[in-house]
Amino acid sequence: MAHGIGLAVALALMWWVLSGHTEPLILFFGVLTVVIAVGFAWRMHVLDREGAPYADLHRRVPYWFWLGGEIAKANIAVVKLALRPDLDITPRLVRAPIAQTSGLGLVVYANSITLTPGTVSVDVNETDILVHALDSSLSGAEGFEDIGERSARAFDPAVSA
Amino acid sequence: MTEYWFYLAASLGLLLSMALMLARLLSGPTLYDRTLAVNSFGTKTVLFLCMFGFVIDRSDGVDIALLYALINFVATIAILKFFRYRALDIALARMGTEPLNGERQ
Amino acid sequence: MTGAEAMEIWDAACFAVSVLLIVAGLVFVLAGAIGVLRLPDFYTRLHAAGVTDTLGAELVLLGLAVQAGFTLLAAKLLLVGFFLFLTSPAATHTIAHAAYEAGLKPLLARFNPKHPSEAEPS
Repeated sequence: MAHGIGLAVALALMWWVLSGHTEPLILFFGVLTVVIAVGFAWRMHVLDREGAPYADLHRRVPYWFWLGGEIAKANIAVVKLALRPDLDITPRLVRAPIAQTSGLGLVVYANSITLTPGTVSVDVNETDILVHALDSSLSGAEGFEDIGERSARAFDPAVSA
Repeated sequence: MTEYWFYLAASLGLLLSMALMLARLLSGPTLYDRTLAVNSFGTKTVLFLCMFGFVIDRSDGVDIALLYALINFVATIAILKFFRYRALDIALARMGTEPLNGERQ
Repeated sequence: MTGAEAMEIWDAACFAVSVLLIVAGLVFVLAGAIGVLRLPDFYTRLHAAGVTDTLGAELVLLGLAVQAGFTLLAAKLLLVGFFLFLTSPAATHTIAHAAYEAGLKPLLARFNPKHPSEAEPS
């Protein structure tokens, strides 16, 4: 129930940002679409903690800010490597171990590796993630361990539930 | 007035980067290079639509950009899926191996 | 009078900040595009495209949102940035995974051509 209300508020906010209308009739249509969408979500059994993750926001928002800083740092490193007049790179394929226990945590971990330029997750299996790194200076194991540990703390439900 | 010229110059910069992507699209040796170029071209198109809305002082471009960002993502997935399976009507969810750690059945 | 002056200073400051953000974003977008053209093989080009998709796009959109001020337009611009932030790593991973599954071998040796003009393999 609480998840349904949370999803309805988020959908209503998004509807209003996209439309910007305040006439009663249009607002009524908006409310109708929100109710229909929440009804579909309920029928599909996706109204759960993962679909409306408001209880975990205090752990997730700091993670995104930290990841933004990491992305900025990695971007500058990649631009320096790619724009040198004499191109000098040593691409590497490395395996990053998985510490996550949930599917969501793993998705966030793999996407965080991809979002950080210089490293792209190529293949994900049960025990590790195959990562392609632009240069051997970007493929250090401690960087992946840091991302993995922080994303596990922010997104794995086992810690909080 | 300076704002107008600044946004126009920024739009031209985005057009230049789109032209560079087009060069990679035409010269890319593999299918994946071309798909990457198309995806990156789409991202720059989104930025260009947002920017050009400021040049002509109309905000409608942002709505189109929002749609374009989502369609661009779906199109990339569709291209890759088609060239792997030569069909688009295969359910992706049933094609994978065992679910991870048995979390979902 | 002072209120109008304050508004003028505020507008000028907003414009300066947005110019800074957009110029920085354009530098990253162009650097990523040049990288996609220069780098030697598909997997390395992925990284250059990632520069454009993450920091370049977000900085440009943030700059435009600052210029728009506290309006619905700024919220829409941030929403575009949010969707790009969610979809770009998924798209990049899908392309990389498809290439890997198809058996495209990455270049894993040191790449250091003698002249910059030879960076593009024919």
